[in-house]
Amino acid sequence: MDVVIIDSGGANLASLVYALQRLGAKAVVSDEAAVIRSAPRVLLPGVGSAGNAMARLRAKGLHEVIPQLTQPLLGICLGMQLLFDHSDEGEGPSDGGAGTPCLGIIAGQVTRMAASPQLPVPHMGWNQLSVQHDDPLLAGIGREAWFYFVHSYCAAPGAYTLAETVYGAPFTSICSQRNFRGVQFHPERSAGPGARLLANFLTLV
Amino acid sequence: MQFRDHRVVGDILELAQRYRDQDADELVFYDITASPQGRSVDRSWIARVAQVLDIPFCVAGGIRSVAEAEAVLNAGAEKVSINSPALSDPGLIDQLASRFGSQCVVVGIDSQTTAEGWSVHQFTGDPDRSRDTRRDTLQWVSEVQQRGAGEIVLNCMASDGVRRGYDLTQLAAVRALCRVPLVASGGAGTPEHFAALFAAGCADAALAASVFHSGAIAIPDLKQFLKSQHIEVRL
Repeated sequence: MDVVIIDSGGANLASLVYALQRLGAKAVVSDEAAVIRSAPRVLLPGVGSAGNAMARLRAKGLHEVIPQLTQPLLGICLGMQLLFDHSDEGEGPSDGGAGTPCLGIIAGQVTRMAASPQLPVPHMGWNQLSVQHDDPLLAGIGREAWFYFVHSYCAAPGAYTLAETVYGAPFTSICSQRNFRGVQFHPERSAGPGARLLANFLTLV
Repeated sequence: MQFRDHRVVGDILELAQRYRDQDADELVFYDITASPQGRSVDRSWIARVAQVLDIPFCVAGGIRSVAEAEAVLNAGAEKVSINSPALSDPGLIDQLASRFGSQCVVVGIDSQTTAEGWSVHQFTGDPDRSRDTRRDTLQWVSEVQQRGAGEIVLNCMASDGVRRGYDLTQLAAVRALCRVPLVASGGAGTPEHFAALFAAGCADAALAASVFHSGAIAIPDLKQFLKSQHIEVRL
């Protein structure tokens, strides 16, 4: 087995599973702490809302397991956002609520992107990266490569930012903190460059 | 009625791979006779498509419930698109957005030009059942966003299938009300039609079918042309 995909609820794990199959990787989908702890690598995907995903992780005690992991972990889209302290999603300040406390692995906030007629939200489509710090995750990927994004929330650039992308304002498109990495885009739907990024992740130890 | 006499366009999987290899940015699979015939989209092919496609794709056709949408998404589609069922039951948009997030929920709108403006049509996949709902297109665009649509595909019926260009007037009017991505559909006949759409800034993406299926326009050539017109494209 090469990687465990954490089942954080929501639909749409299939596209990630198929992407790993195309790379010849053996992936297991699990929400069991013991399986996740013993994995050589861990993927934290996420489609849906931060509130639902955190509730699902808490119900299985994974909110305590994940921050303790020492093997390479890659959060994808919402999975990346969950690595931060807090997300405004789920009755955030704009709804008069407190948002969702997340895993607290990376110090920072996830906030809602501002919509305008020129910049519709969700941000949906193909964009390029501005790489701030090189990383094994980006090995062999050209600086002009395009990746597919679908999201309404984002993390502002910070010390944790490996790459940023501009949509109105710059936001974090790849982040890292120790063994934890996150990508705001969907590598499983980003054609050749996305496949290479996943293949690179599968070589991390 | 431009949907009459659908052309058979070959095996779905082969077509999906062909467009992937040509660097299409996204694929949409429409089963346009599903709603008029009262059935859901046939799902057996979705997982097979998901296994080979490494670009996003959306599935449309008679998705009338959260359970049906969930099955399509679990099979590997990124998004579901609803059109006629949203007109019969607008609350379905709210339910899908709440369950899966707005980013999964595309609302397709078939809009016809009238003396007063534009009105929304339903069941357009079947000439015998297609009907004018008398809903004002601009009001419906506002409503579906309030209900949680994360993307709107506007099919301008008067332009559809006649290859004389996108309906820029209607698209601009809709764009002004749109805070979610707007995909233009109906009317593409030449590369210049795509360039005019993007130059006018009245859509976030362009959808076309017949010009690609027939080979009249090759996607790589189209993208090179758009780039030469200083329109940002993924190459």
